Amino acid sequence: METIQNKLLSFSVDSDGIGTLVINQTEESTNLFSEAFIIQYIEVAQQAIADENVKGVIVTSGKPIFMAGADLRALLEDITDKKAFTDSVINLHTGLRSIETGGKPFVAAINGTALGGGLELCLACHHRIALNSTKIKIGFPEIKVGLFPGGGGTVKAPYLLGIQTALMYLLQGIEARPQKALKDGLIDAVAETEEEMLAAAKAFILATPNPVQPWDNKRHKIPGGGIWTPNGIQTLAGASGNVGKLTHGNYPSAQKIVKVIHDGLQIPIDRALEVEARNFTHAVCSKEAKNMIRTGFFAIQDAAKGKARPKDQPKYEINKLGVLGAGMMGAGIAYVSAKAGMDVVLKDVSLEGAEKGKSYSTALLDKAIAKKRSTPEKKEALLAKITPTDNPNAVEGSDLIIEAVFENVDLKDRVTKETEAVLAEDKIYGSNTSTIPISLLAKSSKRPENFIGIHFFSPVDKMPLVEIIVGEKTEDKAIAAAVDYTVAIKKVPIVVNDSRGFFTSRCFGTFVSEGMFLLEEGVPAPMLERIATKIGMPVGPLAVHDEVSLTLSVHIFESDPAEKQESEKRTYAIVKNLVENHNRTGKRDGAGFYDYPKGGQKKLWPGLKEIFTPNLEAVSEETITKRLLSRQVLESYRCLDEGVLRSSTDGDIGSILGWGFPIFTGGALSYIDYVGMDDFIADCDAFKTAYGAHWEVPQSLRALAAAGKSIHDFGK
Amino acid sequence: MEAYIYDAIRTVRGKGNKKGALIGITPAELARQTLAELQHKHQLDTSLVNDVILGCVAQVMDQGANVAKSAAQASGYGDHLCGVTLNRFCGSGLESMNQAAAYIKSGFRDLIVAGGVESMSRVQMGSDGGGMFIDPSMAIPGNLVPQGISADLIASKYGYTREATDAFAAESQRRASEAEAKGLFKSRIAIKDQNGVDILTTDENIRPGTTAASLASLQPAFQMMGAMAGFDDVALDKYPEVETLHHVHHAGNSSAIVDGAAISLIGNKEAGEKMGLKPRFKMTTAAISGSDPTIMLTGPAPSSRKALKQAGMNIGDIDLIEVNEAFSAIPMLFMEEMGISHDIVNVNGGAIAMGHPLGATGCMLTGTLMDELERRDLNTGLVTLCIAGGMGIATIIERV
Repeated sequence: METIQNKLLSFSVDSDGIGTLVINQTEESTNLFSEAFIIQYIEVAQQAIADENVKGVIVTSGKPIFMAGADLRALLEDITDKKAFTDSVINLHTGLRSIETGGKPFVAAINGTALGGGLELCLACHHRIALNSTKIKIGFPEIKVGLFPGGGGTVKAPYLLGIQTALMYLLQGIEARPQKALKDGLIDAVAETEEEMLAAAKAFILATPNPVQPWDNKRHKIPGGGIWTPNGIQTLAGASGNVGKLTHGNYPSAQKIVKVIHDGLQIPIDRALEVEARNFTHAVCSKEAKNMIRTGFFAIQDAAKGKARPKDQPKYEINKLGVLGAGMMGAGIAYVSAKAGMDVVLKDVSLEGAEKGKSYSTALLDKAIAKKRSTPEKKEALLAKITPTDNPNAVEGSDLIIEAVFENVDLKDRVTKETEAVLAEDKIYGSNTSTIPISLLAKSSKRPENFIGIHFFSPVDKMPLVEIIVGEKTEDKAIAAAVDYTVAIKKVPIVVNDSRGFFTSRCFGTFVSEGMFLLEEGVPAPMLERIATKIGMPVGPLAVHDEVSLTLSVHIFESDPAEKQESEKRTYAIVKNLVENHNRTGKRDGAGFYDYPKGGQKKLWPGLKEIFTPNLEAVSEETITKRLLSRQVLESYRCLDEGVLRSSTDGDIGSILGWGFPIFTGGALSYIDYVGMDDFIADCDAFKTAYGAHWEVPQSLRALAAAGKSIHDFGK
Repeated sequence: MEAYIYDAIRTVRGKGNKKGALIGITPAELARQTLAELQHKHQLDTSLVNDVILGCVAQVMDQGANVAKSAAQASGYGDHLCGVTLNRFCGSGLESMNQAAAYIKSGFRDLIVAGGVESMSRVQMGSDGGGMFIDPSMAIPGNLVPQGISADLIASKYGYTREATDAFAAESQRRASEAEAKGLFKSRIAIKDQNGVDILTTDENIRPGTTAASLASLQPAFQMMGAMAGFDDVALDKYPEVETLHHVHHAGNSSAIVDGAAISLIGNKEAGEKMGLKPRFKMTTAAISGSDPTIMLTGPAPSSRKALKQAGMNIGDIDLIEVNEAFSAIPMLFMEEMGISHDIVNVNGGAIAMGHPLGATGCMLTGTLMDELERRDLNTGLVTLCIAGGMGIATIIERV
């Protein structure tokens, strides 16, 4: 067989008859499980099998990553002919199966991360050896984009791992290091060096002239037993229970994983692969998968790379960062910034307060060390980058300031002036306010063009979103700086224009507000909370209001001089009554909508029933569901319509990462397409009649619907 | 045409575990002994019997391959005797009687043995598998949970506390012990070995002296499962108005797992004349109902209402009732929904005390009810059971 070298792979045979197939997709940044590649791979493999001079084949990668997975761009396209799609998947299986049953050993020499389709390619080999490197990850992340392995992985994994462990890998999208993958049975061996790995692969080939895959071997026992064993039955029943609990039926691919194993593990492998293929087609065509790929994967990835930054601005370097205020937020900002390599001055009114802020980083690092995610050396290096101080002049020389003091205009005014006195004129000043308009705060600044909102979410070290707020006078340089900073600390920026509550707080607030209304209308509190989580919100409106604090809600309303809408007044009246007359202030005081017994689980406050008489029939579950989501969606649309949002995609990202809007819908704006724009408008119209003006649909949305367009066509 | 019950016989119930007295007896043998007793008791001309219909839930292993035909074959009644096994889960033993009555009323058959059998020690509950519970495409969209979770959901939704469910269970035990002491279980037979030696002569699970206090220390049976396998949340997703699932049920206030068999002899008037037997009861009517499979076990009230309506009766026309004590909450909910007193329900105890051999129970309850109605010289009885998958079954019988 002659040496092959093309843009997808290369193949050569050595003097011992060992073929080596190197995956090297030279026109892609990484190796992908694409249709074109697989066709080529199967063709070369079949030639090798047919060539009597080839004893076996080592499959390895010419890139640092073995194979990253499927080409998601292709899966985003609409599938018009579902039969043809399923047939093409089955054809792929037929090809891979011809390699498995071809009578010649194929060994995957996993010299880099192998995920999804990459791992499935390895499973279609007879033996898997991975380099023992903590940089290498092996697993099936498909579930994270609303899919499941459709290249044989779902059907084959239980043969190697057992049903229970396979379900864990598939449902959780576990990406295992080689040692763990070896322990669980996903790979057969690890090697310390590339040479050792290739030698072991060669040895396997020479020792195993006619290998049989576990799923072709009648004597192979599935670890833990098959479906109809007591263990199998219990595992599957429990899997359905837990998938139901965690997804509430909102993520079809999770169900399909259990389904494919249930249906497929009882029948011959080739027929099982057909089952997998049919389910895969169904998953790929699902709105949920498309949403999760479009928003959850591509949009967030693009945003994380800084898509929002003004293109003509030079990169803004941040070496020194001044953080003003060492409370919860300031402390978190200091940590993530130091972690990204910046020198951070953490300033508070007292040195003691500043040091306390720094100790937050110490605590996080100690936890990371305990979990073996960091080392004492890294900890010391990071802590050395944070300088606590009570001296306002210490921030001199900063490239960027982030102010995170209390939400008080006068205090912020003073801090701005004090800081600008030592800040170089061409440097940027950011405020982490979550409630006060940036243009108002910018009035304190001598250089409002350099003044910008950089809104973090709590806890800063965990929450991935940063909402960058552009004031009236903010210029592109400041936007570029804020985006570059956010990218540097590995968070996801969205850029929005100034508005009361900006985008995230404003829209998230409607969720809480609608919860208050439903409670007032008689929806039993447990029902309200349960339905909210059932539709995919991380917590119910009452629980989250307790977290935010009812007192704060009242304070925000009372301290904002702007004219309020009826819906805002109604929300305020409900909360005010709870705070003033019933002393229910929130979680911090152990008494909000819930009671918080020490050491026990929170429990809905029984007094709620006295104030809001529960009536099971008050509002139907369907209406509760729609109202809770649609209020957020409508407000998000208004933000788009008013120009607070610069794109529908920003709204999707902000809603998902900012306040946990359910990702299967694609986000708070994609939701309109998800349920259908006409239906969405019809619901809002009906709600307007029933509940009032806050359900008014902007004219521009009706126009989009009339034109038969997608929400993502807004402004186009 | 009327369908008459000429007699009903049940075996004693042995504990359905490794220490149970009847573990060495196959389910076909349990059923065979009831058939033998029926023949012996009435010196029955077995050529008159056309068919054996037995309810049985876990139809695998010993109970596979049509256990009714196995019992028919072993019975010595003759090669003419056919057999069919059916599965309406816990309603199977009553369903077989209802189907027999329907065959008689239609004129398709003249005389049928109908009942049920379940050896839970030999063939464990759930060992027949089944897609409904583990196929995710049914289990997840249906919010399906195991029965114990459903029973706890009923208790939580309707406010039956641990104390109340324990009190109900203690009363079942008290009534059963008393009935046993008085010798009221007159159509019950002992199970014997090949040598004619008694293996078990009384219901093995009855615990005289059980009190609510003595039950209080038992651990909830479904708490861990509800938490670990996500079932609590799955159930509450369907019943969001329930804030917390209280796990009140345990081994002592749920039906006992037991072995046993029961049969009845159902036929038309002419068959009775040929046998020289007077009918004891007539099968007045029967009904089934279906409802939400998550809460699953609420079927007795709706199916009973249906049966009453078909018979042109109201609940006040019923003298005594047997409602299966699958879990304490089931009869408690039934009594609450129908507005009736415990005084006329399960007067000699129920499955919490004596056990629930799944496929046989419906027929056992009917036989027990027949004996008691005659003893008290009353006329009309209702038998009802909750059934997996969200079903209910009810049958009304009247003395003739």
